[in-house]
Amino acid sequence: MPSLDDLRKRITSVKSTQKITKAMKMVAAAKLRKAQENAEKGRPYSEKMNNVILNLSKSITDKENAPKLLVGTGEEKVHLCIVLTADRGLCGGFNTNIIKKAKSYFEKIISENKTLKIITVGSKGYDQLKRQYKSYIVENISFKESKNINYFDADKVGKIIIEKFEKNEFDVCAIFYNKFKNVITQIPQEQQIVPLNEDKDGKDDSSNDNDYEFEPDEDEILSNLLPKNISTQIFKAMLENSASEQGSRMTAMDNATRNAGELVDRLTIEYNRSRQAAITKELIEIISGAESL
Amino acid sequence: MSNHFNIDIVNPEQSFLSKDNVFEVVIPAVEGEIGILKDHIPIISFLKPGIIRVFSESEEQSFYVEDGIVEFKDNTLSVLTSSIFDLKDADKNFVSESISSAEAELSKDNIDDQKRFLLNHKVEVLKSISIN
Repeated sequence: MPSLDDLRKRITSVKSTQKITKAMKMVAAAKLRKAQENAEKGRPYSEKMNNVILNLSKSITDKENAPKLLVGTGEEKVHLCIVLTADRGLCGGFNTNIIKKAKSYFEKIISENKTLKIITVGSKGYDQLKRQYKSYIVENISFKESKNINYFDADKVGKIIIEKFEKNEFDVCAIFYNKFKNVITQIPQEQQIVPLNEDKDGKDDSSNDNDYEFEPDEDEILSNLLPKNISTQIFKAMLENSASEQGSRMTAMDNATRNAGELVDRLTIEYNRSRQAAITKELIEIISGAESL
Repeated sequence: MSNHFNIDIVNPEQSFLSKDNVFEVVIPAVEGEIGILKDHIPIISFLKPGIIRVFSESEEQSFYVEDGIVEFKDNTLSVLTSSIFDLKDADKNFVSESISSAEAELSKDNIDDQKRFLLNHKVEVLKSISIN
């Protein structure tokens, strides 16, 4: 049975933890709003980019000579995985969910005897993956210094990918990130960016769109556009990720605050009980002492 | 009937400009400047460093762009670019910095002709901005 003093100390300590988690929740909520805004503002760009590429790739008739970034190298031996995580912890299952998704993909690749290469973006992902997959990690990028997500950072990652592709270091490239659905739900995503998956939502209003004029020709535009598209996709993933991170942290901290509150309540009851028990004990001692006189 | 069409300029961070009352836009496409009026044929092209000029009834706006993609379709001109600024708020320091970095790049030996051409062009345009 802990003494009264111990209980009092524990209550104070839990209360101060609660203060911290509460403050973190508030900060995350404020940041979330901004991150969400940014994610929404960034959407038109990637959507338009997708549209243009969709229209372009439809008008390409000569599949043989199409840029390799679009159609792939024709092989599927080396997989490059970009795992985008946060730089900070204390955000619930945010990082773990991405890692879990990525790990199941890694296992599949390894069991199929294909070569795996990993690039981690964000230090948490690197920390969690290095134990098991150290030998596969080719690069670890972190943008701890940049305060806000900016396109410049995404472009850096994009350039690394392009460079590796041109050196034939991989055939397939996939990125892993959390898609922001709402504050409580973030869905870990796996998205293939090289070669481009064009099968999805390709059935829109595009039956009569093939009358575009191209200047210069399609191939040249595509080879200019595709590297940009990679950076754009990474940027989109980073925006979604940052909104998800804040959302996840907010929920986690909210839960932590609530749990701390419950713990304080329980400890207070215990504290009061033992205080009362002590008083009763003293009273009994006094009364029985007086009676025996 | 009005001869207006829509223009959307977006950069990765946000929607930069969106207007529905422009009647002419001049864009620095890679093979030369293109002037676009209403009911232009659908076109996809990409940009070289230069000035986008947007004409509407009330005003004329000019933007410097470094690269980007343009798409014109259904009387909507979409410009996707990662580097753009309004000439009105051009930052002198930024312009001169860009010039010197481009010139430094030019002085390297290992660049191909196309890149050299683009860089030369960039320096030219930026210099013309800094004079004004």
